[in-house]
Amino acid sequence: MSADLNIILPEIVLAVYALGALLVAVYTGKDALTRPLIWLTAAVFVVVAFWIGVSSEVGTGFTAMIVKDGFSRFAEVTILLSAAIVLVLSQDYMARFGLSKFEYPLLITLAVIGMMVMVSAGNLLTLYMGLELQSLSMYVVASMRRDNVKSTEAGLKYFVLGALSSGLLLYGISLTYGYAGSTEFAAVILAASGEVPLGLLFGLVFMLAGLAFKVSAAPFHMWTPDVYEGAPTPVTTFMATAPKVAAICMFARVTHDAFGNVVEDWQQIIALLSVLSMFVGAIAAIGQRDIKRLMAYSSIAHMGYALMGLAAGTVGGVEAMLLYMAIYVVMNIGTFAFILTMTRDGLETTDIMSLNRLSEARPGAALALLLLMFSLAGIPPTLGFFAKYAVLQAAVDAGLVWLAVLGVIASVIGAFYYLRIVYYMYFGETEAPLDNDVPVVQMVALAASGILMLALFPNLLGLEPAAAAAAAALVR
Amino acid sequence: MSVLDVAFYLFAIVTVGAGLFTVVSRNPVHSVLWLIACFLSTAGLFVLLGAEFVAMLLVIVYVGAVAVLFLFVVMMLDIDFAELKAEMARYVPLAGLIGIVLLMQLAIAYGVWEAAEGVVVAEGLDTIIVPPAINTAALGLILYDRYFLMFQLAGLILLVAMIGAIALTLRHRKDVKRQNVLHQMWRDPATAMTTHDVKPGQGL
Repeated sequence: MSADLNIILPEIVLAVYALGALLVAVYTGKDALTRPLIWLTAAVFVVVAFWIGVSSEVGTGFTAMIVKDGFSRFAEVTILLSAAIVLVLSQDYMARFGLSKFEYPLLITLAVIGMMVMVSAGNLLTLYMGLELQSLSMYVVASMRRDNVKSTEAGLKYFVLGALSSGLLLYGISLTYGYAGSTEFAAVILAASGEVPLGLLFGLVFMLAGLAFKVSAAPFHMWTPDVYEGAPTPVTTFMATAPKVAAICMFARVTHDAFGNVVEDWQQIIALLSVLSMFVGAIAAIGQRDIKRLMAYSSIAHMGYALMGLAAGTVGGVEAMLLYMAIYVVMNIGTFAFILTMTRDGLETTDIMSLNRLSEARPGAALALLLLMFSLAGIPPTLGFFAKYAVLQAAVDAGLVWLAVLGVIASVIGAFYYLRIVYYMYFGETEAPLDNDVPVVQMVALAASGILMLALFPNLLGLEPAAAAAAAALVR
Repeated sequence: MSVLDVAFYLFAIVTVGAGLFTVVSRNPVHSVLWLIACFLSTAGLFVLLGAEFVAMLLVIVYVGAVAVLFLFVVMMLDIDFAELKAEMARYVPLAGLIGIVLLMQLAIAYGVWEAAEGVVVAEGLDTIIVPPAINTAALGLILYDRYFLMFQLAGLILLVAMIGAIALTLRHRKDVKRQNVLHQMWRDPATAMTTHDVKPGQGL
């Protein structure tokens, strides 16, 4: 038993922290404690991330319901660090727009626990419990601005469609259980090898549909733009980073740990999801005038590229996918750090026309945003190019040349709307400028991520060997 | 036919019949009452299967809480069911088509039912199994031992639901006078009352 508990000690520490902080906040300062709680939570996340990062504990616990390996370690560290940065970025916004509730950092902590369980699941039940813990917390924080119609609409839409996707996922899990006789990945992979029973295939398809909802891959992406637009911007930032990493890592867990012997059965489905996401994300974003909706479509397109890595079905593919997700998180944190500062006369604005001539008002911010947009579009020599290159390479290596070609075409189409933002910033018509009183944290995050886009240390800042080790741990 | 058989057919017919009336009743309150009848007869079926714990759960949770909640919702919310049904009728053909296609696909899948190799299919599903131990104890052993982690995670999920319900709906209204018992108890005539000596012919 103590060995079991040792395996999930980081999760236990976070859960105990969340419960303790909840009690303290309820009985003492309530909302006045929000700011210290946000900093404390971020600090706890960073400490736990380092702890997980340096520990090399590998093993399974609770009769293989939890699997801790190199893959889960990589995913957990990414999730914890990005959640910590997003929390720190959000506290100023929350205070300014009267949203500072002490429940916010605590719900984020609980969501992070859910994500950590998701990425280290060794059983379909564990996976589902982790997913629900994460999703429920996200539904609540999405509608946190409860007097705003758009925020409540976002929460409701997210909840209803999330429940639908959970239903699909559960139906798939029950079919898998029925045909494989167990919900354990180790048992499912035995049943799903060679000639797969038709029922098990149905289970796989339903599960993939449910998972595609969670990563917002087309054609299951409908909720994304509305939810991104309506949710408070810090929550949107969070949704675009850590939960995406968790969901796509869970996707990889299911496909490789439970169905790793029948790659060709799910490869075509994921390749289709990937192509549709890339094109929907690239084409639908062209008409968007709201930067949060635009980033929603951008995230759909990026999920398409990450899924391309997964569709390769190889170690290299998973490695490229992890690399892509890590770089994607950095790019999104930088971009949203800027979006969080977009106010005019103290009111929030998300119209992309308000970026006009930003280069004159705030040249530094405009330059950082330019680098980020180039990186999101995948223009060399920015980091985003290497991310796209890695997944395309993996797809070509796995013989999916058509997928790689379509990916390049979609990336060219998608470059249009990223470059249009750059155009507005430097050559747009003069308009009333955005407010210039920007919090230091946002500035630092924006500058740091902008610099990172150009910083081409060997091995992409040491990410590559880490991603390779993680991928090797997952794919056997 | 033994008593068990008679009881089974009684419960089974009531379950199916009540389920049918739940769907076709015009009055939503009647629907909920039929639903309760359906739950109760299903509980009877579980007792016949030797699963008395599940039967109790069905009565306590579904009849006692969920169905009563439905009843409250149906009676308290002012929903125009006629309009709702008319709205639904517009989409019935398309929904029916999709449903039938999905059903046929699943029928194909189930038609070739075949468990994967090396999987032990639960044996003797056609005979009624009466477990030796009390199944409440057996369920408890599984739930709190093998599925301990799931149980704790479910607890966290319920905590999130509770925090969410409070964070999204609780409002502290400032214009409402609240009772403060301590404040009331600390009041005494010396602090609460003052006496004024009002002179004749003058006000205060």
